Amino acid sequence: MSDQPPVDSRESRAQLRTMLLIGAVASVLGVVLALLIDWFPVPASTQAGPIDTLWDVLLIASVPVFVLVETIVLYCAIKFRMRPGEELKDGPPIHGNTRLEIIWTAIPAILLVGLCTYAYVVLIDIEKAQANTMDVRVVGEQFTWTFYYPGEDGEEIASPQLYLPADTPVNFTVQSKDVIHDFWVPAFRMKIDAVPGIDTHLRVTTTERMGEFPVVCAELCGLGHSTMRQSAHVMTREDFDARLAELAEGPQAGGGGGGEGETDGETLFTQAAQPTACGSCHALADAGTTGTTGPDLDAVVGDFSEEELREAIVDPDAEVAEGFQPGLMPRYGDSLSEEQVDALVQYLMEVTGR
Amino acid sequence: MTRLRAPGLTRGALFFVIGVLFCAALVLVIRAAYGFPSFDGGVTGNAQNAILIVSLLVAPLFFLVGIGAFDYWFYYMAGRPTRPEDHSSHGAYSWKDYFRVNTDHKVIGIQYVVTSFFFMLVGGLLAMIVRAELAAPGMQFVDSNAYNGLFSVHASLMIFLFIIPVFAGLANYVLPLMIGAPDMAFPRLNALSFWMLPIGGIMMAASFFAPGGSFATGWTAYAPLSTDVPIGQMFFTIGVQFAGASSIATALNFLVTIVTMRAPGMSFWRMPLLVWANFSTSLLVVIATPFIAASQFFVLFDYALGFNFFRSEGDGDVLMYQHVFWFYSHPAVYIMMLPGFGIISEVISVKARKPIFGYRMMAFSLLAIVLLGFTVWAHHMFVSGMQTWIRIPMMVTTAIIAVPTGIKIFSWLATLWRGVLHLDTPMLFALGFLTMFTLGGISGVMLAMVPLTIHVSDTYFIVAHIHYVLYGGSLFTIFAGVYYWFPKMTGRMYDEGLGKLHFWLTFVGFNLTFGPMHLIGVQGMPRRVADYPEQFATWNLFITLSSFLLGIATLIFVYNTVASWRSGARAEANPWRALTLEWQVSSPPPVFNFDHIPLVVGGPYEYGVPGAQHGIFQSPAEARPKQPAGTADRESET
Repeated sequence: MSDQPPVDSRESRAQLRTMLLIGAVASVLGVVLALLIDWFPVPASTQAGPIDTLWDVLLIASVPVFVLVETIVLYCAIKFRMRPGEELKDGPPIHGNTRLEIIWTAIPAILLVGLCTYAYVVLIDIEKAQANTMDVRVVGEQFTWTFYYPGEDGEEIASPQLYLPADTPVNFTVQSKDVIHDFWVPAFRMKIDAVPGIDTHLRVTTTERMGEFPVVCAELCGLGHSTMRQSAHVMTREDFDARLAELAEGPQAGGGGGGEGETDGETLFTQAAQPTACGSCHALADAGTTGTTGPDLDAVVGDFSEEELREAIVDPDAEVAEGFQPGLMPRYGDSLSEEQVDALVQYLMEVTGR
Repeated sequence: MTRLRAPGLTRGALFFVIGVLFCAALVLVIRAAYGFPSFDGGVTGNAQNAILIVSLLVAPLFFLVGIGAFDYWFYYMAGRPTRPEDHSSHGAYSWKDYFRVNTDHKVIGIQYVVTSFFFMLVGGLLAMIVRAELAAPGMQFVDSNAYNGLFSVHASLMIFLFIIPVFAGLANYVLPLMIGAPDMAFPRLNALSFWMLPIGGIMMAASFFAPGGSFATGWTAYAPLSTDVPIGQMFFTIGVQFAGASSIATALNFLVTIVTMRAPGMSFWRMPLLVWANFSTSLLVVIATPFIAASQFFVLFDYALGFNFFRSEGDGDVLMYQHVFWFYSHPAVYIMMLPGFGIISEVISVKARKPIFGYRMMAFSLLAIVLLGFTVWAHHMFVSGMQTWIRIPMMVTTAIIAVPTGIKIFSWLATLWRGVLHLDTPMLFALGFLTMFTLGGISGVMLAMVPLTIHVSDTYFIVAHIHYVLYGGSLFTIFAGVYYWFPKMTGRMYDEGLGKLHFWLTFVGFNLTFGPMHLIGVQGMPRRVADYPEQFATWNLFITLSSFLLGIATLIFVYNTVASWRSGARAEANPWRALTLEWQVSSPPPVFNFDHIPLVVGGPYEYGVPGAQHGIFQSPAEARPKQPAGTADRESET
């Protein structure tokens, strides 16, 4: 190969300094930008605080690493790219530098052990058991959640929506009837799989923030996975106690949850029916729904008598449409009142022209 | 008639049909023996499913026999005369030679690369449909079942039929040349490995035609969902067995080749880093791949025979599936990355005209990743409900595995420093890899932190992370490698302008597609959903449009390679002025690689060292008498 000019270490040092300076400035800018982004959903648990702070710390630690690599690549690409006439030139034959290699092994190792220690402290903090914890049993099935509260006479109170009092530690016991689901409330930042055959546990402490937050299934559980969304309602202790008392009366009186007392067929179909609104799985032109988890109702309702239609809602597994698996649709007979089922049947008969 | 008797695709197809009929007969006889009804006007559903499952398992073996993959071994076992030096199935003299059982590692390499890119295009097309469906909330183009099938088949094809085998293909072509060997250690096993691959691929892609639709449980196929779905699931369960068997046999072949067939003077510390990388990868494959085979056989038993490995109601253990699955599938991440590390080391050293910085640390860090790679699997299960204490050691090992990876990144950066950078297409992809893989690595370290993972696991943050690692990481190295060795493999130069256009469109499209997924993931969008809340609509539309840009970029690559292969400029033997041995022979190399086995006298990356040589080719007088490839006793030579 061609003769090499001797490596000018002073020039090399100067270049290195320039580049590190650019990298440092860019890192600061990068960290500021990364912290400005609004990453998380609204926090509604005491667990959210430490987790969001951990995220910020991770950003502060990792953005400079990324920016540094980026800076070196760009700097080299600009500064050391082959110029005309250098086609046959080679770089200086540097084979390595033991001190440098020890440094870039040791520093990341120390940084990572530090981050792990911090993450461990956060983990202990967010999973700590608290005094006066409320127990809630969460049961997942294709494709809905049911929440059970301990009642006064030892009987559990079932609810198709999650109701929680504000400012209260809750211990969820999570179970599954069929396949693996995952109980996740993004606003709480906490999730755990619902595993058939075993109980899993999740601790969340609600804050003063009240409102409605999505409950999401985060583990692929089959056809209707994306429709397996419900709501967590965080409310004052008085409201919560009142709601629990209502629920204890049973679905006949309250109809449970958000669909309580609703007897308009279309509203039930599109949003109010519990545990999941019909329209999230079934397409129906009149209601404007496009779900494809279940049969297209515009096409099939015409083949049903009124009695068969009622049966298909109350006990869907009695007869399953061809091409669909049994066990996918919840038994609405368990969660809707008789008037609500009537309203749905009437509505479906009307809009499909029967 | 002779076409039906001679080994080849025709006989393969015939044997395949015979195989299906054999399976059908077997199932009907056994069902009759047990007193199960098989006919009710037509064939009953249960009988159909049984015939389908047995055929999926057995008929491909008939095909392999038919195509001739076992002919030599059968003759050998039967005591019929065989000639070890028979080279009738070696080398390609016309395009038809690529469609038969061929024992030449260069032909097999090209068969591998072309086949896996074919499945990459199929998988990419599926991804485009997935993105089209996600462009707006609600259901537009496909139903839930088809949607779940689309992303499941997309991931399975990309992992098992593209990234893993394309690396095996590139190494198949290059590795024997690099170490100065005339071929792989077991050429016939090599051919068999290749032909098992399209079987697995076609099976997975064909699952869309199965009754009830394709497998729709994700590439992870978690039990018990996977034991309780339509028959399409079995196309994955059994397809993986063929892809996996192919992978194991190739890895074994690489290990034996690297250990026993290096040219004289090629010590382990003189091996190019691509060889080191494939050595490490092959160790991972041989040790880990049997675990996924086991996990899928257990699913098959649960599904087809009513076993209770993973059924909780029958005392099965649901979490056990995930442990066995990830004990393979985490190392599989390194199986999909280490060969890429090797490619990048080659490209960066040659294109920066400098020796690799810290060669020995580069090799040691590969081995460190192999070792640590087996100690981190349960970080995929932080929210699975497994015993809680195991999360802590898994968090620490997962974070620590970033150290050897960091060593590699920093060493590549130091290699660039003060080099003479040739910024052509392979180098652009190598630099793109460095930046994008760093980002994927950083989100990987974030995901090691248990409290954060409790929030972001199973969200689009994960989707972003794996695509930064596997697309920005593995796929960029694959593109770098394909462009880098394109002249050697085809004897033609690719179009540099189109290559650079491909890079820039890919780089921009990639970041616009997968970058925003970090954000919507943290904000709460779960993965694997066909429908999503209104709040994510804008970003999803943006991501969909960007992904189409990425699709267009890939078409440019396809056009460039096809057109250049047909009519590109003739390539010189060594257009990059590289030192490694594969560039010291003609492009493409002669059928038996080397007229004279080279003598290795120095390291592979001595750029800038005056007068440095890696291998010297002995003069014909010194060389041993010419022998057919495969018969040389390599030990006697050293």
